[in-house]
Amino acid sequence: MKDDGQRPTEARAPMPIVVEDVSFTYPSGTHALRGVSLRVSPGEAVAIVGENGAGKTTLVKHLNGLLKPGTGRVTIGDWDTREHTVAKMAARVGYVFQNPDDQIVERTVGDEVAFGPRRLGQPAAEQQANVAAALATVGLTEAAKTHPYDLTAPQRKLVTLASVLAMRTPIVIFDEPTMGQDARGVALIGDIVDRLKAEGRTVLTITHDIDFCAAHFGRAIVMADGQVLADGPAADVLTRADVLATTNVEPPQLVRLAQALRLKRAPLTVEEFVAEVVGSE
Amino acid sequence: MIRLRDVTYFYPRATTPALADVTLEIPAGQFCAVIGANGAGKSTLCYTLAGFVPHFYRGKLSGGVEVAGVDVPASSLAKLAGHVGLVFANPFNQITGARFSVREEIAFGLENMGVPLDEMEARVEDILGFAGLRDLAERSPFALSGGQQQRLAIASVLVMRPPVIVLDEPTSQLDPIGSKEVFAVLRDLAATDAATVVLAEQKLEWVAVFADRVLVLHEGRIVADGLPGDVLASADLTQYGLQPTRYTQVARAAQAAGFRADRHDLPVTLEEAVEFFR
Repeated sequence: MKDDGQRPTEARAPMPIVVEDVSFTYPSGTHALRGVSLRVSPGEAVAIVGENGAGKTTLVKHLNGLLKPGTGRVTIGDWDTREHTVAKMAARVGYVFQNPDDQIVERTVGDEVAFGPRRLGQPAAEQQANVAAALATVGLTEAAKTHPYDLTAPQRKLVTLASVLAMRTPIVIFDEPTMGQDARGVALIGDIVDRLKAEGRTVLTITHDIDFCAAHFGRAIVMADGQVLADGPAADVLTRADVLATTNVEPPQLVRLAQALRLKRAPLTVEEFVAEVVGSE
Repeated sequence: MIRLRDVTYFYPRATTPALADVTLEIPAGQFCAVIGANGAGKSTLCYTLAGFVPHFYRGKLSGGVEVAGVDVPASSLAKLAGHVGLVFANPFNQITGARFSVREEIAFGLENMGVPLDEMEARVEDILGFAGLRDLAERSPFALSGGQQQRLAIASVLVMRPPVIVLDEPTSQLDPIGSKEVFAVLRDLAATDAATVVLAEQKLEWVAVFADRVLVLHEGRIVADGLPGDVLASADLTQYGLQPTRYTQVARAAQAAGFRADRHDLPVTLEEAVEFFR
């Protein structure tokens, strides 16, 4: 089924992301992207890792059209981002900002979460259902009437997450979703990612939390200095300590332990690790 | 040196205390990590040590707070500035907005302290190198990435060399190696310069490796206080909304499957885990 822009809530429309040889320079002169190419198939879960200033946020801001490529091309399905407004792109790409305070505009949590669906022209009943479901997902149903700034920063991050979930876009992008979250918050966000994957949606995240990446994302892209250093299955990419080290990243804790113990495999989960170690006794 | 005695604090209009009966002594030269779930009181403790509670947030504070020899409730934020430095969780709150470059931003606190120009330049240069900001020194603080802004926030406080350094989740946006480096620097500041360092953090792997001591806050109270190896391996950790490091998790799961059932001390660091499984 093809999204014609009239059915913005069609979450299952096949919507590949294609980034072709994109370079981008900020007005300050910073070359943030240097010839980035990648393709993300519908339903993939991709984590982007890399050092501060590597160009991760600049790259994802190209996917919803917030930034337009200096050279090269970005397409989301049949839409070239240069030919569509950010407001229109929002029907296909939901983006949760790194800093929630860059995103929040409304005076109550409920209105904030309803903002996107309303702008997308979702019918009222559907809008209400989507907002209620999104608030429930992040555990903020009770806070619907609260002013976003009366919540803590990690809670505000969950508000912005709910705002994007309520838009029911085929592609969802998170910029540092676990930042400032405690163990319960990280687990909640992991569950949300898993649910989006189960619904067949495409999920991209920027993260410094490599253990979170290992647990929920099948594919990892490593960036440094505006370029893609490595791109492949997370189970492979995240074990390449030498590549990761060049961009200030270390493999997940279990991979480092497996490597220090010279295990043949580098398991990504506690269960796999225990099976490997106890099984080899 | 920090001394809290029976500290209880309510934010304005709050009916439950953000801190309750907190009694605590942290000697100079100690690197103390504060962990706990969101809402446990970590930020409030940081604000209390730096005087933002009660001088900025108002509310109702009872008990004694003494930091670097200063009676905090009886003092003012201006008087505390030379004694205690606070790094906020959101670097955006730290940036003055009154300076046009990273270099000037870092110098801002030193200018206010009246540090002589040549010394100021040397100290700023020094901290630019340490914070990995030398290549960005002439850039606007607002043209930095999230992680770079966080490095700037840390640098702006450390350059003032306060005897007490308080940091509220200062590495949340830093890349993994960058986070680890901040922990190492804080340990060195405590060990070498006898700074008192209090760090609210979620990254238990580096707390385990670098901190001298770990406090667990839960609903405004201190519920555990001890060496990282003891506190972080404790089975109680999860009930306070915290997740042990993967090293502790795999060791505990392996024990449940019969591996090294005789061992009582579970690993909290990579090094200890290697020893446990070898």
